[in-house]
Amino acid sequence: MQAFLNDPMAMILLTGALVATSGALLGTFLVLQRQSMLSDAISHSIVFGIVVVWLLTHAQSGPLQIAGAALTGILTVFLTEMVARTRRVKRDAAIGLVFPALFAAGVLLLNLYARDIHIDSHTVLLGEIGFVWLDTMSLAGFDVPQAVVWMSVATLVNLGFVLACYKELKLASFDWQLAAALGLAPTLMFYLLLGLTSVTAVAAFDAVGAVLFIAFVIVPAATAYLLTDRLSLMLLLAVLVGVISALCGYPLAVRLDVSIGGAMASMTGIFLLTAFVLSPRYGLLGHWRNRRVKAPG
Amino acid sequence: MLDLLGNHTVQTVIMGAVLLGLVSGLLGSFAVLRQQSLLGDTLAHAALPGVCIGFLIAGTRHLGWIMAGALGTAVIAAVFVQVITRYSRIKMDAGLGAALSVSFAVGVVLLTYIQGHSGASQGGLDSFLFGQAAATRPSDLWFMGGVTLAALTLVALLWKQLKLVTFDPLFAGSIGLPVGVLETVLTAMIALAVVVGLQMVGVVLMTAMVIAPPVAARQWVSRLEHMVFLAMLMGVVSGVVGVLLSAGVSHLATGPVVVLVASALVAISLLSAPGRGVLWSWLKLWREQRAIGQRQMLVTLHKLAEHHEDPYYPVERSMLDSFYGVATGHILRRLQARGFVVPASHMREEGPHWALTDAGHSEARQELERMDWNQAEA
Repeated sequence: MQAFLNDPMAMILLTGALVATSGALLGTFLVLQRQSMLSDAISHSIVFGIVVVWLLTHAQSGPLQIAGAALTGILTVFLTEMVARTRRVKRDAAIGLVFPALFAAGVLLLNLYARDIHIDSHTVLLGEIGFVWLDTMSLAGFDVPQAVVWMSVATLVNLGFVLACYKELKLASFDWQLAAALGLAPTLMFYLLLGLTSVTAVAAFDAVGAVLFIAFVIVPAATAYLLTDRLSLMLLLAVLVGVISALCGYPLAVRLDVSIGGAMASMTGIFLLTAFVLSPRYGLLGHWRNRRVKAPG
Repeated sequence: MLDLLGNHTVQTVIMGAVLLGLVSGLLGSFAVLRQQSLLGDTLAHAALPGVCIGFLIAGTRHLGWIMAGALGTAVIAAVFVQVITRYSRIKMDAGLGAALSVSFAVGVVLLTYIQGHSGASQGGLDSFLFGQAAATRPSDLWFMGGVTLAALTLVALLWKQLKLVTFDPLFAGSIGLPVGVLETVLTAMIALAVVVGLQMVGVVLMTAMVIAPPVAARQWVSRLEHMVFLAMLMGVVSGVVGVLLSAGVSHLATGPVVVLVASALVAISLLSAPGRGVLWSWLKLWREQRAIGQRQMLVTLHKLAEHHEDPYYPVERSMLDSFYGVATGHILRRLQARGFVVPASHMREEGPHWALTDAGHSEARQELERMDWNQAEA
C-alpha cells in the first residue's frame, strides 16, 4: 500500500482521475443548466478568496481555505445575479464584469501584502500536478499525498451530493419552473452546485490549476451531452471521458516533457472534437446523414 | 504626479493604455450589444497557444509573429465556438467554456514545451499571462496604434452595416447584407483588440477591458454612436488613471489597477447614471411611496371629517397609527409643511390630534375625483 502511495506515477494518475471525476459530476449539471461559464468565473475569482483567507488566518490550505473558497464562489454567483437583476446589464456581461474585478482585487492584495508566499497567481492558474506526490500528510499510518486526500474528499462529497439530490438536480436542469412549483428548491440546488464547484476548484488548483480545472468540468460533460439523452448515462460517460483523458494525458506529457495537467486537459478537447464529428445522433456525421435522409429523392 | 508624466517608461505605458482603451471600447461595444461579452474571455485565453506558436516560429519574442499567432488561434477558437453551437446541441456557454479551457490547456502544454526545449527562459512570454504594462516598448506602440487605426477605419466605413447586424441581424439578412461575413469581421476585430491588450493587462483582465467600458457607457446614453464614443473615453480614462495609480504606488501591477478603475466606473454608472441609474429608480420608488402615503392620509382625514359632519374634525394620531399599522407622524408633518393639515388640540389629557385645512379638503376631493376617474377608465 505504502509502495503504491510512494509511486509518483500512480499518485499523479490517481490525482488526475479524481480531478476528472469530481469535475465531471458537477459539470454535467452546469452544462445542462447552461451555466458553464460560471465555473470559469468561479475558478478565477477564487484567487480573491484564497488571498483574503490567507491574509486573515495565514492558512494556505485546509478547511479554512476550502470554506473561504466556497464563500467566494457563492459571492461571485450572487454578485453576478445581483448585477443581472438590475436588468441594466445582460447576464453574460454581468459574469464578465464580476469575476475579473474579484480576480484583480485578489492579485492586488497579493501584490501588496503577500509578495513572497507560495500562492502566486501563477500556481493558481496553472498548478503543477507533477509534484503532488512530494507534499504528503500522514493518514491512518500511511503517508498520503495531500492532493490525493483533498481530491478524494471532494470527489466523495460531490458524489454524495449528486446521489442524494439526484431528483432535485435533474428537475432543476430540465424544468426549473416545475422544480420550483414542486418545492424542490432549484435555487438552493443551484447555489449548492456552485458552492461545491468552488470547493472542488480550490482542492484541484494545487494539482491542475484553476483554468485547467474548467476543462475537466465543462469538456467531458459537453462530450457526454453529444452522446446520450439519459442523464444517468451522461454522468457516467462524462466521468469516463474525464478519467480516460487524464490517463492518456500523462504518458503524452512525459513523452514530450510538457505540463502534465495541460496535456490531460488537452486530451479532453480531443474527445470533444471526436464526439462532435462522429456522434451518431448529435454530431456532424449525424447532422449530414439526417439531412440526406430528409432530402427528397 | 508630474514627475511621473515626465518619466519615459510611464509615457510609453500611458500611450499604450490610451490605445488599448480606444480599441477595446470601440470593439467591446459591439460585443456587449451582441451579447457576446464572454467571447472576449474565450479569445483572450485562446490567444495563449498562438503566442507560443508565434514564439516557436520566430525563435524570440518577436511581437509581429506572436501577435499573428495569437490572432490565428483566437480566430480558430471563435470559429470553433460558432461551428459547434450551430451544428450540434452544445449551447453557447459550453462552447465558449470548452474552447477557452482546451485552448488554454494546449497553450500551457506549448509554454512548458518552450521552457523545456528552447534553452532560454520563456523571454517575457509570462507577461502575456498576467500582463506587464511596464514592459511595453515604444515599438509596440506603433503596432497598437496601427491596429487601433485599422479598427477605427473599418468601423467608420462599415458603420451602417455593423449597426444593423448588431441590432437586427434578421432584417440585415433580409435586405441582402452578408450577415455572416460582417459577424466574422466583428469577431476577428474583437480578437485583434484582445490580442493587442494581452501584454498590457494579461489574459484574464483583458476580459474586463472589453466588457466594462461599454457597459458603463451604455448606462449614460442610448444611441450607438454616443455609446461607442463614450466607451472609448471610459476605456482611455480607466487605462490612464490605472497606469498613473500603479506607477505612483510601488508594488502595484498595472493590469489589475486598470481593471479595478474600469469596474469602479461601471459601478458608478450603474448606480447613478441619469435615467437608468439604480439609485435614481430607488429614489423614484421612495418618492412615489411617500406621495401615495400622503394621498391616502388626506383621503382618510377627509372621509372622517365628512362622516362626523365637521370639516375641522380633529383625529387622534394614535388612531391613525393603528389604522395604518405604521407610525404616521412623518406623513402628517410633511402634510403640515404643505399646508394641508394642522395640529389640533382636542382634550388636554389625550394625545396629539390633527385636522384638515381647507386646502387639505380641496386636495383630498381632487384626489377622490382622480380615483373615480381612474376606476371609470379601468
